[in-house]
Amino acid sequence: MDRTKWFMLVTGLAIGAIAVILVKLGNPPNMGFCIACFERDIAGAIGLHRADVVQYMRPEIIGMVLGAMFTSLFAGEFKSRGGSATFVRFIMGVFMMIGALVFLGCPLRDVLRMAGGDYNAVVGFIGFIFGVGTGVFFLKRGFNLGRAEYSHSQAGAYVLPVIMAFFFFLLLKGTIFNPQAGGPLFFSAKGPGSMFAPLAFSLAAGLLVGFLAQRTRLCLSGGIRDFLLIQDNTLLLGFIGIFIGALLLNIYFGFFKPGFAPQPVAHPQHIWNFLGLYLVGMTATLLGGCPLRQLILSGEGDTDAASVVVGMIVGAAVCHNFAIAAGAMKAAAAGAPAVAGGPGIYGQIACVVGIVVIALLGFMFKEE
Amino acid sequence: MEKVDVRGLSCPMPVIRTKKAIDQGAKELLVVGSSSVSRENVNKLAASCGYQVNLIKNEESNWEMELKK
Repeated sequence: MDRTKWFMLVTGLAIGAIAVILVKLGNPPNMGFCIACFERDIAGAIGLHRADVVQYMRPEIIGMVLGAMFTSLFAGEFKSRGGSATFVRFIMGVFMMIGALVFLGCPLRDVLRMAGGDYNAVVGFIGFIFGVGTGVFFLKRGFNLGRAEYSHSQAGAYVLPVIMAFFFFLLLKGTIFNPQAGGPLFFSAKGPGSMFAPLAFSLAAGLLVGFLAQRTRLCLSGGIRDFLLIQDNTLLLGFIGIFIGALLLNIYFGFFKPGFAPQPVAHPQHIWNFLGLYLVGMTATLLGGCPLRQLILSGEGDTDAASVVVGMIVGAAVCHNFAIAAGAMKAAAAGAPAVAGGPGIYGQIACVVGIVVIALLGFMFKEE
Repeated sequence: MEKVDVRGLSCPMPVIRTKKAIDQGAKELLVVGSSSVSRENVNKLAASCGYQVNLIKNEESNWEMELKK
C-alpha cells in the first residue's frame, strides 16, 4: 500500500475516532459528525424551520469549511471557481437533503451508525451503493453538468467561509435581535439539537477534519464510485477507516449496541432507509461528491459546491416545514407512547419525486 | 497526438474522459486540466494503465500532461 492510501486509512480512523469522542463529549448518539443533520440543525438555528428539537449552530460545520479554507490557502489550492449549472446543483442539494432526512443521516453518519451497531444503516448502505451505481451509469452515459470556470477574482471564494465565520460570531455573542420571535439564533431545549459537545472541542474537531478531508480528498460516494468505475480503492479506504475507528471506540465506550430497534435517531423502515440513501448516493455521484466533500470544496473556493451546501440547508428547512423528514423510532416511556418512526406520506412522496427528478437530470444532462 | 481537455470538469469526469481515450487504444495522449485533484487522479489512472507520465506544464489552474505507452 502506498503513502496516499495509508494517509487515507489513518484519516478515516481519526475521523471515526473523533466522531465517537464528540458523542462522548455530548453530541447526539451515533451522530458525532453528520453533515446533513448538522446542516439541518444550522437551518433550525437561523430559524429557517421551527422544529424545536433540531436547532443548533453546529461549530463542526463552521470548522470544516474554515479548516478546508486555511488548508487550501497553505496548499495553494484555494481558488474561486464556479459556473457549472450552479442553480441545478442548488436544487440537487435540496433533494440530497430530502434523501438524507428520509434516512436520517448523510453517508458519513451511515458509516457511524453501522459502527454503532445500527443494522438499519446497513440497509441504507445497500441503498447508497445502488444509488452510486445508478449515478455511475449516468456518468458512463456521458452525464455532465458543464465546465466550471476559474474566476478572475478570489472574492467569490470567501463568501461562504465569511458567512460561516459570521455564524460563529453569532454563536459566541448570543445576541437576540428580535426578542418576540427569537433569533437570530434558535437553540433547542430538548432533542438532538440540545445535545452538543463543548464549543471549543466541536470547533477544533471541525477544523481538524476540514484539514484532513481537504488533504486526502475524502469522499464517501467517491469511495464506492471509484471502486465501481475504475476499481480504485483509495477513497474506499477512508470509508473503511472511519468504520473501524468508530467501531473500536464505540466498543471501548460501551456505545456499541447491535440490532434494528430501537436505535438512536433512526427508524426501522427498510424501504425508506434504502430509498433515502439511494437518492443521496445517486445525487452525490452526479454532483461529484458526497455532502462532506461538498462542504470541503466550498471551503476551497468552489462556489458550485457552496451552492450545494446552501441548497442542503434550504432543503432541510423544506423537510421540516413540509413534514418530509422522517421521525425517529422511540420506545414507550413514562407519559409518552411508543413512536414507530419513519417518514410520513409527504416524506415518502418527496423521496420518490427526488429519485425521479435526479434521474431525469441524469438523462437530460447527457453530453454528445 | 490526441488531446483530452478536462479543464473545469468535476470529479470523476477527468478520469472518465482520459480512460475513454485510453480504452480506444491511444498510444500517445495530451491531457490538459485545471484542478490539482484532477491532475492527481489522471496521473494515477495513467500510471495504473502502464503509461509513462510526463508533466509538461504545471501552473496554478493550468496543467498539461503527456501520456505515452
